Amino acid sequence: MSQKQQVRVTIDETELTVPAGTTIMEAAEQLGIYIPRLCYHPDLSLAGSCRVCIVDVKGMGHFMASCSQAVWEGMEVQTTSPVIRQARRDVVELILDNHPKDCQTCERDGNCELQNMAYTMGVRERLFEGRRKQFPLEDSSASVVRNAEKCILCGRCVRVCAEVQGVYNLSQHGRGFTTVVGPAALSPMDESVCIQCGQCINVCPTAAFLEKSSTERIWQALADPALHVVVQTAPSIRAAIGEGFGLAPGTPATGKMVTALRRLGFDAVFDTDLGADLTIVEEAHEFLARLKEGPLPMITSCSPGWINFLEKFYPDLVPHASTCKSPMSMLSVLAKTYYARQKGIDPKRVFMVAVMPCVAKKYEAARQEHVDETGIPYTDAVLTTRELTWMIQCYGVGFRALPDGEFDSPLGTASGAGDIFGTTGGVMEATLRAASRLITGKPGPRIEFTEVRAVEGLRETYVAIGEHNVHVGVANGLTNAKVLLDQVASGAKKYHVIEVMACPGGCVGGGGQPYPPRGVKVLDPDLLRKRGGALYQIDEGKTLRESYENPAIAELYENFLGEPGSEKAHQLLHTRYQAKLPRGIR
Amino acid sequence: MSCHSTDNWHEVEGQSREILGEELAAFIGGCRTGDEPASHLIAVLHKVQGHFGYLGAAHLDAVAQLLQVPAAKVAGVASFYHYYRLQPRGRFLINVCLGTACYVKGADRVAQKLRDELGITFGETSTDGVFSLEASRCIGACGLAPVMTVDDDVHAQVTPDRVPVILEQYLQQTRRETERS
Repeated sequence: MSQKQQVRVTIDETELTVPAGTTIMEAAEQLGIYIPRLCYHPDLSLAGSCRVCIVDVKGMGHFMASCSQAVWEGMEVQTTSPVIRQARRDVVELILDNHPKDCQTCERDGNCELQNMAYTMGVRERLFEGRRKQFPLEDSSASVVRNAEKCILCGRCVRVCAEVQGVYNLSQHGRGFTTVVGPAALSPMDESVCIQCGQCINVCPTAAFLEKSSTERIWQALADPALHVVVQTAPSIRAAIGEGFGLAPGTPATGKMVTALRRLGFDAVFDTDLGADLTIVEEAHEFLARLKEGPLPMITSCSPGWINFLEKFYPDLVPHASTCKSPMSMLSVLAKTYYARQKGIDPKRVFMVAVMPCVAKKYEAARQEHVDETGIPYTDAVLTTRELTWMIQCYGVGFRALPDGEFDSPLGTASGAGDIFGTTGGVMEATLRAASRLITGKPGPRIEFTEVRAVEGLRETYVAIGEHNVHVGVANGLTNAKVLLDQVASGAKKYHVIEVMACPGGCVGGGGQPYPPRGVKVLDPDLLRKRGGALYQIDEGKTLRESYENPAIAELYENFLGEPGSEKAHQLLHTRYQAKLPRGIR
Repeated sequence: MSCHSTDNWHEVEGQSREILGEELAAFIGGCRTGDEPASHLIAVLHKVQGHFGYLGAAHLDAVAQLLQVPAAKVAGVASFYHYYRLQPRGRFLINVCLGTACYVKGADRVAQKLRDELGITFGETSTDGVFSLEASRCIGACGLAPVMTVDDDVHAQVTPDRVPVILEQYLQQTRRETERS
């Protein structure tokens, strides 16, 4: 094997040797030099479009973009000087030139990368006043709102959509000043192949992509005495919401979150994790039936971005999706049936809010599969982690000082298996815990299945359960999922069960999660691991670790649903999906 | 597997073939089965525009499906290059020269008059479908500046006042053609 060629370079008077192909930016980082950057993202391809990361290369006569320029033998680089500082400031000023001047009323005020960059570079006055972009706000989608006037054409959304999600819904259209990012033919987002995962929102440095806000409807509901407003929180919210209040990433904040929701005025605070336990019980039954009758593999269906992807990109595999509704939708159904009846409240008066790490859940809530017989959605509104964080701040609740609260019964007790739903491999592990008991007829000898925790994005393995050797696949990020799905479509591999989460890292990396603190990159694997770690920590700390052991679930079947897979369970907790157009190119 | 097929590929492919016609579909099919289908995109778009005179949203979607290149990418490429027309071409193509010689002789005023008369700007087609308007940089007839062409006819030393007169003669021709057919 040939050793990769090494080259010697000098950066800011320090000599170092790096492998050929290393960029100036990467080489500088080895010396502890941080070159300012905007369009660059370590997990995405190189664009070199913003020109903020320019450096001086001896003999070139012009600045070079350090993110995309590879070093060469004998290269001499100056990363900073009075002239470079001024040039970078001019570059940022030119980017601002046609950007709106509405920082104080903008959704990203305080966490906008462009605003932060302008401050850091020393722009205190806007000397250039160029023509402003004029585009209508595009809000046709249930989840994602596009404001092209705030776009700086860094191309991160285009790249994340194509490279991480394999969706390729976005492209830069046209040329020059009128260049605009959007779907094919600049069609409305809800007529495009968009799967509403919201990763474009996560990577956008400005407010050019945002979730469609539900906060106003919820303030109104909370202020309406006729409504009984209940809320449920997804597993991954507790692992991330603390970040919005300055807690270190990976700090579980379940108790404070529950108390904060009560202070906001919710009449009952439920745990989506119980919905997850119920999903597992139903899904384990479905899996046993499918082991006999097919179709195999069974593919999990909790992630609404993934379901959208399935319907548009792999319609041939739709029958493989588990018919179980997602934990959110199951819990919402129970709130408006079981809970309402128990409380003696008219279900029409129950207003169900779901706090999700996800923007695609806003779409799921509105789907025709999830409305009752009178056409009212079981989930009335979905808030992202970001929206809830803002609501708590706005209402004047001092989050960090709050005492711990407990979820309300009868929909508030969950096992550790429900908690780990929020991270990649969690649904698989929870399913294996349950299937193990179901197949062997006794509590499994194993509780932890660490081999399915696909932190790297894609994993396949065999897990022995009783006499079965179960072939499992786990993927997060849809480009990873495509690998497994193509194997299924072509018949190359025979999996028994596959877990797909649309977002990198699973729900902990969802499109509705907090923007990372300054200095931390969005999608940073370390950040996602910390959030996932918080969920495993919660799981390990519980005595209840398996969905079947959850007494609230047992009670639910006894008093309401009958038994797993019963007709009533099917009517309320299961659904089917279908092929949708436009068909995506996979 | 006991369930009925949920695959819609044949339907999508059939519609795409219908939009583009068998000859183009066969050409694209050849590109798709070769190496790097996406590398043929520009050539495919040339051929499709050659056939229809422009690249409509439906054509672009059909190309995306048959070539299996993401629709956003196809549309992005088509909208980037000046050569590709995204709207149907009118009966006559007007090209007004904005090269240096024509410009100093007042081509900008001629261009403005054309835009006002037709109610469109460069790259667009009039609502009646008669005229498409383009601008070019020097057509090599500087001695006749300012110059505009209508299809293959060259109109020399055009003034804003003469624009409506020139347009009228093509409108009359269109009317005669309609009557005949």
